[in-house]
Amino acid sequence: MSEVKDVSVVLGQVPTQHMKLNVGPQHPSTHGVLRLVVELEGEIVVDVTPVIGYLHRCFEKVAEQNTYTQVVPYVDRMDYVNSMNNELPFVLGVEKMLGITPSERIQAIRVICAELNRIASHQIAVATFGMDAGAFTPFLYLFRDREKILWVLEKLSGSRLLYNYIRIGGLMRDIYPAFKDDLRDIIKTVRETNEEINNLLNNNKIFVERCANIGILPSDVAINYGCSGPMLRASGVPFDLRRADPYLIYDKLDFNICVGSGTVGTVGDSWDRNWVRMLEMEQSLRIIEQAMEMIPDASEDVRAGIPKRIAPKGELYSRAENPKGELGFYIVGDGKAKPVRVKGRSPCYVNLSVIPEISKGYMFADLIIILGSIDIVLGEIDR
Amino acid sequence: MESNFILELIGNNIWAYLVTALIPLIFVVIYALVAILGELKIASWVQDRLGPMRTGPWGIIQPVAEVVKLLQKEDITPRNANKPLFNTAPFIVFTGSFAAFAAIPYSSKFIPADINIGVFYIFAVSSFTVIAILMGGWASNNKYSVLGALRSASQMISYEIPTCLSIIAIAALANSLSVSHIINAQSGWFWNWNLFGGQGPLYKFLFIPFTLILFLVYFVGSLAEANRNPFDIPEGESEIVGGYHTEYSAMKFAMFYFAEYANMYVVSSMITILFLGGWNSPFGNFLNSPIWQAVWFIGKAMFFVFVQLWIRWTLPRVRVDQLMHICWKVMLPAAFVSLIFISLLGVIN
Amino acid sequence: MSPNEIYQRLEVEFGDDIISLNEEPGFEPAIKVNPNNIVDIMLFLRDSEGLEFDYPSCLSGVDLGENLGVVYNLYSLKRKHKITIKVEVPKEAPNVPSCELVWRSFDWHEREAYDLLGVNFVGHHNLKRILLPFDWEGHPLRKDYVQPDYFHGMKVQY
Repeated sequence: MSEVKDVSVVLGQVPTQHMKLNVGPQHPSTHGVLRLVVELEGEIVVDVTPVIGYLHRCFEKVAEQNTYTQVVPYVDRMDYVNSMNNELPFVLGVEKMLGITPSERIQAIRVICAELNRIASHQIAVATFGMDAGAFTPFLYLFRDREKILWVLEKLSGSRLLYNYIRIGGLMRDIYPAFKDDLRDIIKTVRETNEEINNLLNNNKIFVERCANIGILPSDVAINYGCSGPMLRASGVPFDLRRADPYLIYDKLDFNICVGSGTVGTVGDSWDRNWVRMLEMEQSLRIIEQAMEMIPDASEDVRAGIPKRIAPKGELYSRAENPKGELGFYIVGDGKAKPVRVKGRSPCYVNLSVIPEISKGYMFADLIIILGSIDIVLGEIDR
Repeated sequence: MESNFILELIGNNIWAYLVTALIPLIFVVIYALVAILGELKIASWVQDRLGPMRTGPWGIIQPVAEVVKLLQKEDITPRNANKPLFNTAPFIVFTGSFAAFAAIPYSSKFIPADINIGVFYIFAVSSFTVIAILMGGWASNNKYSVLGALRSASQMISYEIPTCLSIIAIAALANSLSVSHIINAQSGWFWNWNLFGGQGPLYKFLFIPFTLILFLVYFVGSLAEANRNPFDIPEGESEIVGGYHTEYSAMKFAMFYFAEYANMYVVSSMITILFLGGWNSPFGNFLNSPIWQAVWFIGKAMFFVFVQLWIRWTLPRVRVDQLMHICWKVMLPAAFVSLIFISLLGVIN
Repeated sequence: MSPNEIYQRLEVEFGDDIISLNEEPGFEPAIKVNPNNIVDIMLFLRDSEGLEFDYPSCLSGVDLGENLGVVYNLYSLKRKHKITIKVEVPKEAPNVPSCELVWRSFDWHEREAYDLLGVNFVGHHNLKRILLPFDWEGHPLRKDYVQPDYFHGMKVQY
């Protein structure tokens, strides 16, 4: 028990003690095994220190001991909710080092898979964000629709969550005959559900009051901290890697960059980040519609372009637009079958480092909202 | 005395009083089972899934399974918890909720205790829960519990004021605090209910905006009293894990759980008594025998329990300072204004 | 601006500190610099007119056999050009001045490079391990790393 303090009134202020609260590795709201050491003064947050490393699986050391093709499943498991987008920068990087470019049909299929995964990842983000705010039902609705996307990807690649589908030089196998009909069904369903979620959650007065003006991230702070993806765009910076540094067939597709504009509060608050994700889901649907037209019906051997021996020599930093932000791989190869160094620059790792900066002065309940709006997946942070 | 048929049946002795006390207890137990099943099923239907289906046909026996599960769990007490407070807190919560059942009627022929300050008694006794929640939260030796207990105490105490003003206004309308007087003042068809202005000639329609405001104030306040969404900050699951009942397990947690459902029923029956005509049938004297009166009363109260469950799964949670804002800056002035108008109109007539 | 132009601007400003530009095919164009003056070079890259590298992409540590290398990947949102800066330090004394005040993103990146490779960033305000447990011994990503047999009484090899 602490000793009795001498409570002397100084200029009308009673001296109080800060409380250190451990939002521990096991918690219903920390999206994984993340530990936040929060210093509270009553209900106001004075300081936050994230402690990570509970899910560290030594990805980079393992990548040095396996061949390039064997590294692709490990890359999957970094951000396990959208594996296709994880495979893309690694595969594209190795292909660039080797100098191969797959056919346009394969690129269109890769784009469709990446965008499907983007929708699935944003669905999880919005669903868990609603749960953090106390609305339990949108979670169920969004997961019900995510099931449809997972069924399609299961028919395509054989597994629901960790696909190992995009290979260096091609794909694992070709699309199945009813692929385009399934895609049309998904597009229709996701549009309807998004409208329902807008009515139920995003425009709900209580939700708006909880999220508006919370965790405001100014754009210069965001750029200096290296934030990317919806976090950066919600602060008003229209930067999207699919436009700035196009890869695959994105330069032939027509889609908007969704930027936060302070609709119900300040630019860069938590509601804006959530809203940017909702808008991006709609843009992904547009991309899928356009990319579908680019796939001729005649099938081809998608494994024809896979080289027999993958042993690139060189160094490359290749990056792609993950749903969470800019996922980059710095690959160093010296002409042998196994890479010398693979460093994964994960967007969530960088986005999470902003939390001490933007959550000072808010209440404890707001800290949970801010954490939910950053949308982290611990697999990617810890690798 | 004439409103308790057990006394008429058995006579005015100790056995009659024991039976009278036993019937609400049995009712609470059965009601709790139904409410647990209702919560699971209604939550599932709102969320586009089926809910429990395996225990019994359509999952009807699920509540029994839940009770058995809770009974056989291990009772864990944290090492540094304050044992007397920790152990008694759940029982005090349940006592507070259950004591209100003494004055809640079922029909004109069965009010367990027809005291002349019935409404005031129910309201006062339900406030026990604040003390018990504070006890439980602090004695758990857990920072999350303390946070939850503090939030809960401030929330419940603040929201008692607008609800109290509602009760005063209705008591002014009916000229009495006694449950049976308030309900008898609303006898007749459904337009005699207090929600539509109470009994009286046509000018009672002037009351309607104010009674409507008071009804809404009381309903929202009762959600806050019962710690239900959107005011379930004290047990705010996503933020502070379990709030004040984080460290409780097994039977003690079952007590908290039970008390929450009992509280929901108490609050719903208060709404029924004050605003919706109590045990009166909405069709005047048609279907107005004592047995049918029990059906009407329990039916109306269960409807409001259903609405509370429905709201829980629809709306997000309100933050603590926004909750205080709603209470002190929105509901309190509204309730005050309605009280003043109703009293004025009552004096003029 | 092309990497050559950036290299020339840096050479004009810093002279001998800028060592070489590597533009072999298959290699990302990278400028190797002297680690001693790295903070001034970074500030120049971030603030000077025409360069304006405001976006820090990545900081990686590399084990180069005898030396440890640190690779900085920078990007400019305004000018839409990118550059890679490399430094090399010997393994016995792997001291590199910390750039965390230039771009705040490098705070956690430097902690990770210290944790996994053992690069000592001089001037970092909180150079502690970030991914591994606080009291782990050794730097796993080095090529000559040997796993300990026991950690707090638990067997490491399974």
